[in-house]
Amino acid sequence: MARYESLLDACGGTPLVGLPRLSPTVPEGAPPVRLWAKLEDRNPTGSIKDRPALYMVREAEESGRLRPGDTILEPTSGNTGISLAMVAKLRGYRLVCVMPENVSSERIQLLRMYGAEIIFSPAAGGSNQAVAVAKQIAAEHPDWVMLFQYGNAANARAHYETTGPELLHDLPTITHFVAGLGTTGTLMGTGRYLREKVEDIQIVAAEPRYGEIVYGLRNIDEGYVPELYDATVLNRRFSVSTRDAVLRTRQLVDVEGIFAGFSSGAILHAALAVAHEAVKAGKRADVAFVICDGGWKYLSTGAYGGTLTDAEEALEGQLWA
Amino acid sequence: MAIEVRVPTILRSYTGGSKIVEGAGDTLSGLLDDLDAKHSGLKGRLITPEGGLHRFVNIYVNDEDVRFLGALDAKLNDGDSITILPAVAGGALGFAAAAAFFGR
Repeated sequence: MARYESLLDACGGTPLVGLPRLSPTVPEGAPPVRLWAKLEDRNPTGSIKDRPALYMVREAEESGRLRPGDTILEPTSGNTGISLAMVAKLRGYRLVCVMPENVSSERIQLLRMYGAEIIFSPAAGGSNQAVAVAKQIAAEHPDWVMLFQYGNAANARAHYETTGPELLHDLPTITHFVAGLGTTGTLMGTGRYLREKVEDIQIVAAEPRYGEIVYGLRNIDEGYVPELYDATVLNRRFSVSTRDAVLRTRQLVDVEGIFAGFSSGAILHAALAVAHEAVKAGKRADVAFVICDGGWKYLSTGAYGGTLTDAEEALEGQLWA
Repeated sequence: MAIEVRVPTILRSYTGGSKIVEGAGDTLSGLLDDLDAKHSGLKGRLITPEGGLHRFVNIYVNDEDVRFLGALDAKLNDGDSITILPAVAGGALGFAAAAAFFGR
């Protein structure tokens, strides 16, 4: 389908493309092991977050929590904010984003362009500062609506109802699904759907391993596991270093012509790990993974050029996924 | 049998400030016992009184989450690299602010 009533109707339905050059070579006569990329950068604002943003707003409208002219408040490090800003604009809401100041300048410019207001929490203060800023705003504006993507069931449901069925339709022979782990919505929703439909499906998580500054925790008890997270949906979970994520992001564009953000590189790293294991085991594999967004928003980091060590340094202390 | 263990900043008070320490063990449980003998109190920060991995602690064996490899019974081999990290929702800081709203 190529015609839609509005931009919101054009959300999802993204292409799944094969990666013939990055897929591992198998010995002659061995079953094929293939990698497939779901191009979520083809969504209206250029990221996978359009799906949950639309679902969360619709759910809040239907439940009566969100009324015309309301203000939505969302703590976000970027893509969800951009998606919500677009949806809020088209549905008639005001959006205020609380975000750490160490995100790329493109994200900030995009948010402002879509009409969002931004309140920064100091990067150096880490999560403690973010908490302090949030508490203050909450006290001042008790009427603002927070969709809270980390605990909002509509986030995972967006993927259960759209991403999962799309994948199965386009790749009925799918054996592995690999995605990034942040709010955990993509993996929980898509993972649950595929588990119901595909026997022995492997659901694999790739999470970014940031520098210590980004964590900003003072002790273990300040940690946080999103309410949406259910470990039983996953089979495996990989922690991917900045260096490996950058290396794979560059390979995506060098080898397959896919210009993606660094979180997609981290996901490819995990996808390649399971693909190579399948080759070793002599098993057939169709590994589908997510391209979360394009690389445009990260060009200013300079991490697409120079040595890997330079890129690692450029991304140190940044939220790159 | 030497296994390299990366310790996050918030736990380095137990390792005399060291970022990387060495330990030995056939399983994660054995490794943690060995580490605790050298760095007293470290194990108590990673394991709950009930004997499971602390909810906000993630331990990775060669970059893979140990909870999916048998948790404390995960088999270890010489030359494995262990990384201990606090659980922080993909590093996004938004969750912390969000959690504050809900009084968590």
